[in-house]
Amino acid sequence: MSDCISYDAPEPVFLQPWHAQAFALTVHLNEQGRFSWAQWVERFSATLKHHGLDRDLDGGDDYFTAWLATLEAILSEAGSANPQEVELVRRHWEEAYLSTPHGEPVHLAGTRAADTTC
Amino acid sequence: MPHDHADHPHALLPPDPALRVKALETILTRKGLIDPAALDEIIDTYQNKIGPQNGARVVAKAWTDPNFRQALLQDADPVLAELGYYGRQGEHMVVVENTAMLHNMVVCTLCSCYPWPLLGIPPGWYKSDAYRARVVREPRGVLADFGVSLPVESAVRVWDSTAEVRYMVLPMRPEGTEDMDEAALAALVSRDAMIGTALVAAPKHSPGADA
Repeated sequence: MSDCISYDAPEPVFLQPWHAQAFALTVHLNEQGRFSWAQWVERFSATLKHHGLDRDLDGGDDYFTAWLATLEAILSEAGSANPQEVELVRRHWEEAYLSTPHGEPVHLAGTRAADTTC
Repeated sequence: MPHDHADHPHALLPPDPALRVKALETILTRKGLIDPAALDEIIDTYQNKIGPQNGARVVAKAWTDPNFRQALLQDADPVLAELGYYGRQGEHMVVVENTAMLHNMVVCTLCSCYPWPLLGIPPGWYKSDAYRARVVREPRGVLADFGVSLPVESAVRVWDSTAEVRYMVLPMRPEGTEDMDEAALAALVSRDAMIGTALVAAPKHSPGADA
């Protein structure tokens, strides 16, 4: 357990764009009634506890890593996005990034989804 | 993140979790389960529109309007809803008041439940194991880390937030601010003061201060 809490560094609302995206996705699904916030908290706190068993979580990247793992588990159980599907589409995105010239928006083949953040 | 090195022939590959989030978004969009525009709206709201300035406005109003203060402490939800602040996740808001004898602090030992409509997204330290575990065990030690020392006669109470109930601290109004209006007072109130890890200080050259 670290006794030092770093509290005075100014920080953006979300440290990484994907933190914001994972957050928004979860809030949106909740607002659409896919799960209640109490259900979310129950699952998320269990993941945090599990991830924090062997080390202290610093509330940054590791926090949203636990967040994403929770969301993936809930969506898998609900049949909305199973792990094989997620891995396949993740690989498609990876390939899209690797085959898009630097500076151009990244498109996923066969969809209109695009990422222009990098 | 800007990235202009000429030695990258292709777009910069985001980290693995970023690709996994994108995969979820793509899958759910294809299935018609989510509206990508709604995601952008949520991010914009929490990044740009909701933040501690909302809570600071509530605090300043409570300092200047005794009826508002009483109603706020008794049953915060309707009072806050009138100002346009309400929990999108259906949670209840409870405001706890600091006095000369009692200092309040807020934590979420489960995860990071936080009064989003009033304070926005919590800072990293609020989500850290260090704060979440330690504030319950030794709140005065945590306060010392934040540079706050309370008079010995002041008790400390720690409120543990849940999915259903989110707490916000109503800090003490500093002396020497009697002539200040609501907007000027709101500018004094920090996010940390509303979590309970800071006090509100009077400005050094406030109109009402002697010094």
